[in-house]
Amino acid sequence: MTVLAITEHRRGELRDVSYEVITAGRELADELGGELHLGVISGDVDAFADDVNRDGVDAIHTVDHGEEFNHDVYAQAIPQLYETSGADVLLMPNTVNGLDYAPAVADDLDLPLLTDAIALDGGDVTEVTREQYGGKVETTFDVDAEAYALTVRPAEWPRAEGDGDAPVGAVDVDIDEDAIGSEVTGFEEVGSGDVDITEADVLVSVGRGIEDEENIVLIEELADTLGATLSSSRPIVDNGWLPKNRQVGQSGKVVTPDVYIAIGISGAVQHVAGMKGADTIVAINTDPSAPIYDLADYGIVDDLFDVVPELIEEFGGEAPNL
Amino acid sequence: MKILVTVKEVAEVEDEFQISGLDVDESYLEYDLNEWDDYAVEEAVQTSEENDDVEVVTVTIGPERAEETVRMALAKGADRAVRVWDDALEGAEYLSVEAKAELLAAVAEEEEPDLVFSGVQAADDSNGATGVALANKLDMEWAAVVNTLDLDIEGEVAHVHRELEGGIEELTDVQTPAVLTIQSGINEPRYASLRGIRQAQQKPLDVHGLGDLGLDESTLDADIERTSMYEPESEGDATLWEGSAEETAGELADFLREKGVVEG
Ligand SMILES: Cc1cc2nc3c(=O)[nH]c(=O)nc-3n(C[C@H](O)[C@H](O)[C@H](O)COP(=O)(O)OP(=O)(O)OC[C@H]3O[C@@H](n4cnc5c(N)ncnc54)[C@H](O)[C@@H]3O)c2cc1C
Repeated sequence: MTVLAITEHRRGELRDVSYEVITAGRELADELGGELHLGVISGDVDAFADDVNRDGVDAIHTVDHGEEFNHDVYAQAIPQLYETSGADVLLMPNTVNGLDYAPAVADDLDLPLLTDAIALDGGDVTEVTREQYGGKVETTFDVDAEAYALTVRPAEWPRAEGDGDAPVGAVDVDIDEDAIGSEVTGFEEVGSGDVDITEADVLVSVGRGIEDEENIVLIEELADTLGATLSSSRPIVDNGWLPKNRQVGQSGKVVTPDVYIAIGISGAVQHVAGMKGADTIVAINTDPSAPIYDLADYGIVDDLFDVVPELIEEFGGEAPNL
Repeated sequence: MKILVTVKEVAEVEDEFQISGLDVDESYLEYDLNEWDDYAVEEAVQTSEENDDVEVVTVTIGPERAEETVRMALAKGADRAVRVWDDALEGAEYLSVEAKAELLAAVAEEEEPDLVFSGVQAADDSNGATGVALANKLDMEWAAVVNTLDLDIEGEVAHVHRELEGGIEELTDVQTPAVLTIQSGINEPRYASLRGIRQAQQKPLDVHGLGDLGLDESTLDADIERTSMYEPESEGDATLWEGSAEETAGELADFLREKGVVEG
């Protein structure tokens, strides 16, 4: 059984997940008793192929077509790579771009698809572990098929390190230009502004548990009293209660403060992606099964509206009347 | 023009819960309109308000219970709704992405929409895959994780921003008809007005079974089977401060002082 793993790059650089799919793919290929092949599509494919030529890779296939990711190109190229490499299992990154082609490719190849895998156990029947209900539970699935497609969660597998010596081959795939109905015209960086939460030593971060825009002052007051910086989870920014530059997470900022105090934040994977590097994490959340407690160092399982005013007063501040 | 919006009623788990068998025990689940679909409905309704002759139709796979959620989407301004359900679905333990896309595609083929809006993901299963799989089945263009939409109806192109990781947005032009998966924050979903809620009761809500859609039970066959559900063992070893709010706040204050991050 051959595993074909697809790498990912953006604006001239390989993304970390490219090295992680190698680790996940190698482990799975070992369990299935097969080879690990990599697909490198678009951009500077030779340099990329060189970079991902790590220990454990058996072959690398490149498709030199265009610079940046385009889902129509990927959706056409991957089925052809899958056929030519003789792959059985297709492994893709569970990234924003991965989710922009993986479901289409799986459908084209008629492969059963499971997304966002956090653990794999290959065999006659492969077991895939996922999360459900915002990370409050885990589920396992048996995939009872010869061939299947998976996307794997970023930062769950370590990067593949040692150099490899896999043969690199350019694959001449047929790309039907008429079937390309989308065009990437540029990129834009968002979320800049006067506050840089990535610089802060202490972040007081507010989530949907705050319930109402009017209540944000409570957390603002706490941040002021502590001399800390205010940040938030995504829904607070989606609601327009705080500007985008305050958002921590996958689509916001990655922060590494000494102390991160998460208040009314559940700890969804996309949030955790932005704050798991904090030195010390403190959670205030009424729900003892909230995933934030899986990575918190300290926690208070209680109502933020009771705890935060007390905390403000501890430091001589005055809690606002809500 | 017609916009089809895929709408899911998602299950939310209460703070304290129990798992029985392969799922959280029903008594600990609450149901609501999927957060991302709420934004998708809003985007469609806004498009219908800004342009002439736009019909907004919602499609849901779900049991009768889901009609409350569907009516909510109608109250917010969708014109009519389709709900897909069948005894075979009632009995299916697990609905694969493939099966969902197939069911939705059958409805879309009848409706022939110019645009399909889906949420980026459903909050309960978080597959994040149904919209793009649906596009492929319909032979439509698509874009995943759209957080800005500028529609050129005449030119048959959607200028979108796709929200990538790390505060980067990709600017993409997508030919329509297309499926767009809508990201939270793209707009400000409205609350249903009392008038909207009243009107929603009168709006058509059709129910289709597999047979009505020209499908049969084989659509639901999956090579994937759910085998267990459990609460993950906590990887962390969080110290939980206990006591009254005053006591726990005091513990946290002491900790912050010891850390030297705050004076006083
Ligand atoms: C492509 C994509 C990108 C994303 N990017 C990001 C990102 O960059 N950043 C991000 O944060 N999210 C991101 N998300 C969203 C993410 O999936 C979650 O929806 C989000 O993080 C949830 O925010 P939250 O924890 O504030 O809200 P919820 O998950 O609703 O959690 C609220 C928490 O507050 C607690 N609570 C409620 N009331 C109280 C009270 N009185 N006292 C104490 N606790 C209380 C609850 O127990 C709950 O745990 C992204 C999602 C997608 C699909």
